[in-house]
Amino acid sequence: MKKVEAIIKPFRLEEVKDALAQIGITGMTVSEVKGYGRQKGHSELYRGAEYVVDFLPKIKVELVVDDEQLEQVLDTITEAARTGKIGDGKIFVSGIEKVIRIRTGETGSEAI
Amino acid sequence: MEDFGYIVDTLFALFAMTLIVFMVPGFAMLEAGLVRTKNVTSVLTVNTMIYAVASMMFLLVGYELAFGSWENSGMSIYAAFLFQMAFVGKTVNIMSGGVSERVRILPIALFTVLMGGLIYPLVVNVSWGADLLAGTMLDLHMYDLAGSTVIHSTGGWALLAAIMIMGPRKGRYKDGKIHVIPASNIPLVVLGALLLWIGWFGFNGGSVGSIASKENADTVALTIMNTNTAGLSGALIAGIFMYLRYRKFDITMILNGALGGLVAITAGPDLYSIHTPILIGAIGGALVVFAVPLFDKLKLDDPVGALSVHLVNGIWGTLAVGIFAAEPEAGITFLGQLKGVAVVAVFVFTVSYAAIYIINKFLPFRAGDDEQVEGLDVTECGLEAYPEFKRAF
Repeated sequence: MKKVEAIIKPFRLEEVKDALAQIGITGMTVSEVKGYGRQKGHSELYRGAEYVVDFLPKIKVELVVDDEQLEQVLDTITEAARTGKIGDGKIFVSGIEKVIRIRTGETGSEAI
Repeated sequence: MEDFGYIVDTLFALFAMTLIVFMVPGFAMLEAGLVRTKNVTSVLTVNTMIYAVASMMFLLVGYELAFGSWENSGMSIYAAFLFQMAFVGKTVNIMSGGVSERVRILPIALFTVLMGGLIYPLVVNVSWGADLLAGTMLDLHMYDLAGSTVIHSTGGWALLAAIMIMGPRKGRYKDGKIHVIPASNIPLVVLGALLLWIGWFGFNGGSVGSIASKENADTVALTIMNTNTAGLSGALIAGIFMYLRYRKFDITMILNGALGGLVAITAGPDLYSIHTPILIGAIGGALVVFAVPLFDKLKLDDPVGALSVHLVNGIWGTLAVGIFAAEPEAGITFLGQLKGVAVVAVFVFTVSYAAIYIINKFLPFRAGDDEQVEGLDVTECGLEAYPEFKRAF
């Protein structure tokens, strides 16, 4: 099993969620996060003084998938989240040791 | 029927007083929106406490100090008192915004005792009241209907003294650079500013003093109309100037511009024809756009722009009467206006500076750096305005 963490633009969340639902993904966790990458943030103006906003709002989508479904999920997210402009985000994949469904106590693939 | 005028004017004063008191939540919401969320409870507590302290001091000693006696033949003395009492809170509420995010509650409440019981009543005494300067060289011949000088620049001078003694918020000016601290809640800022705007109709309209004749009713209506006009043009000019200069419509500045226009008209809204306030309010709004960055350059940290709105425009509004409504035969001259501005400035600034300086020795006005980092809500009030886990970055 793998954990997929995708940092995406907030307004792409609906597309990513719908695309993942289309390929049979049944659940995910999202959170509001802030961050920046190579291009850094941008400057804004408040009461006549300029200031730099380093951290831009992003959405972090987290989901755990079986190994054989991983590539399809990554392609789906990449496609749905892409705008082609800077700040489209990143996807991180890591291994998962154990998954437990709290209600039933099921473990492993059944618990995803 | 001979009581009719008495009854109408009493009702008028009570209604105007009610509108003016709407400015208390006006200041409170404006300031709550312009500060960071960790200081919201604190700024609201300061607003409430100093309103109560100042009004109570005015009841106990201030009114008599200002007017000499509890008498009024034109309306119920209680209504006359309440109308006057509604103003004293404004003077101190002007201060509370400019010192927010770093001021501690106890010392500013202590200073408010002096402001409500002594400083403001003495300013009223020499302008609207018993006039202890009458016949002396300093006798003021200033026309100031609703208090561009008596209230707005009085609050402004005391605020300037407080800001100079307290210093800026921690981290506001780093290595000679201005560090911007953005507002936390724009809807509250808008609500507060528009409440102030509405309150101003009572502030200026009520200051005409009587509505119980055809002439007075006309004057009151003209006063309120001119007040509104100056607010409109202040907002418009601030918006236009911000756009021309920065290519952005900053609502906090547009509202400050409106309030600047309203302060500027306050000295003589009953004297102008219906188009003059467009110019007076526009200059007021423009002054705000230029004064806010200027005070920042001088490292006078004013989170809400109170110096630009109330001090700068209090002075401008008082002088504007001398420019646009001078009537030497009625005793209104530019020099007379200037003298009023200067005498009140010297008196309020000196006494406030001395008082704040002395209180500051025993009870520091400025919260420590660590307290400011944690937020005054926790350290001063033990109660966060927004305690739930959201947007906690």
